[in-house]
Amino acid sequence: MKRLLFLMSLYLFSPLCIAAGESKPLDSVYVNLSDKASMQRGARLFVNYCLPCHSAAYMRYNRMAEDLDISEQVLKENLLFASDKVGDLMTTNMSAKDGKKWFGVQPPDLTLVAKVRKPDWIYTYLRSFYMDENSPSGWNNTLFENVAMPHILYGLQGNQRLAGTDPETGKPEFTLVSEGSLTPEEYDATVRDLINFLVYLSEPVRLKRHSIGVFVILFLLVFMILAYLLKKEYWKDVH
Amino acid sequence: MSKFMSWVDERFPATKVWEEHLAKYYAPKNFNFWYYFGSLAIVVLVIQILTGIFLTIHYKPDSELAFASVEYIMRDVPWGWLIRYMHTTGASAFFIIVYLHMFRALLYGSHRNPRELIWLIGCVIYVALMAESFMGYLLPWGNMSYWGAQVIISLFTAIPLIGEGLAEWIRGDFVVSDATLNRFFAFHVILIPLILVALVFLHIVALHKVGSNNPDGIEIKKNKDTNGIPVDGIPFHPYYSVKDLVGVVFFLILFALVIFFMPEFFGVFLEKDNFAPANPLQTPEDIVPLWYFTPYYSILRANTVNFFWIDAKLWGVIFMGLAIALFFVLPWLDRSPVKSIRYRGWQYKFWLTLFVISFVVLGYLGFKNPDHVDLFLFKNVVWAQVFTITYFLFFFLMPFYSRSEKTKPEPERVSFK
Repeated sequence: MKRLLFLMSLYLFSPLCIAAGESKPLDSVYVNLSDKASMQRGARLFVNYCLPCHSAAYMRYNRMAEDLDISEQVLKENLLFASDKVGDLMTTNMSAKDGKKWFGVQPPDLTLVAKVRKPDWIYTYLRSFYMDENSPSGWNNTLFENVAMPHILYGLQGNQRLAGTDPETGKPEFTLVSEGSLTPEEYDATVRDLINFLVYLSEPVRLKRHSIGVFVILFLLVFMILAYLLKKEYWKDVH
Repeated sequence: MSKFMSWVDERFPATKVWEEHLAKYYAPKNFNFWYYFGSLAIVVLVIQILTGIFLTIHYKPDSELAFASVEYIMRDVPWGWLIRYMHTTGASAFFIIVYLHMFRALLYGSHRNPRELIWLIGCVIYVALMAESFMGYLLPWGNMSYWGAQVIISLFTAIPLIGEGLAEWIRGDFVVSDATLNRFFAFHVILIPLILVALVFLHIVALHKVGSNNPDGIEIKKNKDTNGIPVDGIPFHPYYSVKDLVGVVFFLILFALVIFFMPEFFGVFLEKDNFAPANPLQTPEDIVPLWYFTPYYSILRANTVNFFWIDAKLWGVIFMGLAIALFFVLPWLDRSPVKSIRYRGWQYKFWLTLFVISFVVLGYLGFKNPDHVDLFLFKNVVWAQVFTITYFLFFFLMPFYSRSEKTKPEPERVSFK
């Protein structure tokens, strides 16, 4: 630990230290939290594809259902694992031990992933998997090199190979080797549904706080006018 | 009612206190914009204490549970998100207000004779506030909380001989751990708030003993009418209570804008790395303290040379300490015959402007990698060195420029439109 702190202090005080992490170009995604249908599709995708390995352990199923207008029946039939109750937290069935054994790392919790990584990052990441025979999973990712996660959505996107890099934008170029069940446009839209859901998941109250804020500020504006008139009245006799 | 009050007054000086501090406390009538921040600071202190109580009800000071309990507050506790955003935004608002409140003193000489003690108590409040926010920042147990605390506490190791032991004593462990979290919780929730409230009380008692300064920097008590009331004074209540009410509501509008529409404030009030739980094995890309510490963080990192056989790191710590400590002696560094900037010469205005620029630029550089070029021509660390020097020159040269400059004559009465 002392060594670590020593290294940290080097980082702090040495003018020679190197900048950590260069940034790669990202594709931008339009996040729309008023599109409930999109978030519902994203929720279904999340439960089917992400939740088997990742958890969203700070979020409850019924809160999600309530916020996204999903009926309890649909929730129970389509989105819950057999053992879950509607009020349960969205944990994964895969144990941390298994995750470590299978992937080398425990897959991170995704509740707040849209805050830690930005939506554009996740959007680019989920579209940047390519086949790589040299990696243990058979997949690699241009945005997150040698990531332990396999391309879980390949059935939808199809298999792509890295073809090169666009010299102008610096963005990677891919060629589709085999088709998935979705066209490239449909796949992008599907990933966008997932991002919409992840942004919602990172802060459920974001659906409401703007509209509450409008009322709070309108109230305060009226209050301020009255307070100002009161002040003016009192200060009339100060010369 | 009057019978009841006389019963109380025979046993407790209720009416006396009310009159001395509100109804018959005569404040100068010419307060301007800069005089809102005192009452605003009290409002924010109350907001922090009240929201803090509610957070404490649901928060768990345990390294295994802390992060999840914060998310529990954000999701499962009714209105918990609002309480938490008020507290996180309130912390930043507190520093904005306190910095503007201190700047007001520099503008109008509020720290000078006879108000040195008010200023000194205020400086201690400022230091206590820094400790309060530093410890509070560890509590969500996010990764930036963890590494921020790790780095700041490790600064103490720069102190010769006792440094290592001191850092260990503060942490209660060899690294930041559950023990650190628990004690920081105790200090953040009990010890420092008690100190803060006591100091704010003393700050006001000292203020009401000598009376408020004003934008002209002249004493209204020198000019009293036949009843012994300052002719330029008006009772704090109702005049300033209603005026400050307007200021408070205006502040609350800005406060609500942040809470409801941008609680993270572009990653400055809530940092993105702090949405991941503390991980002792994974250092965030850039460890950056909260924005209100970044000027000092820049000063800390500015010195890169070992001189007089003292390590560069220790010099950094010394300079950072000095940058804060110099505020305490400010009333004695200023030798000007006038208090207010309205009657000072160009030198003080020049140095004060340079000081403000230095503080802001150092704050900006505190967010940046020292080796990058974010301003122009030179690396950030070079600019940090330049502005560290101008920051200190404002203080060190003050005895000279404040005395030698040509001042304007002060008026007899306060200027009031």
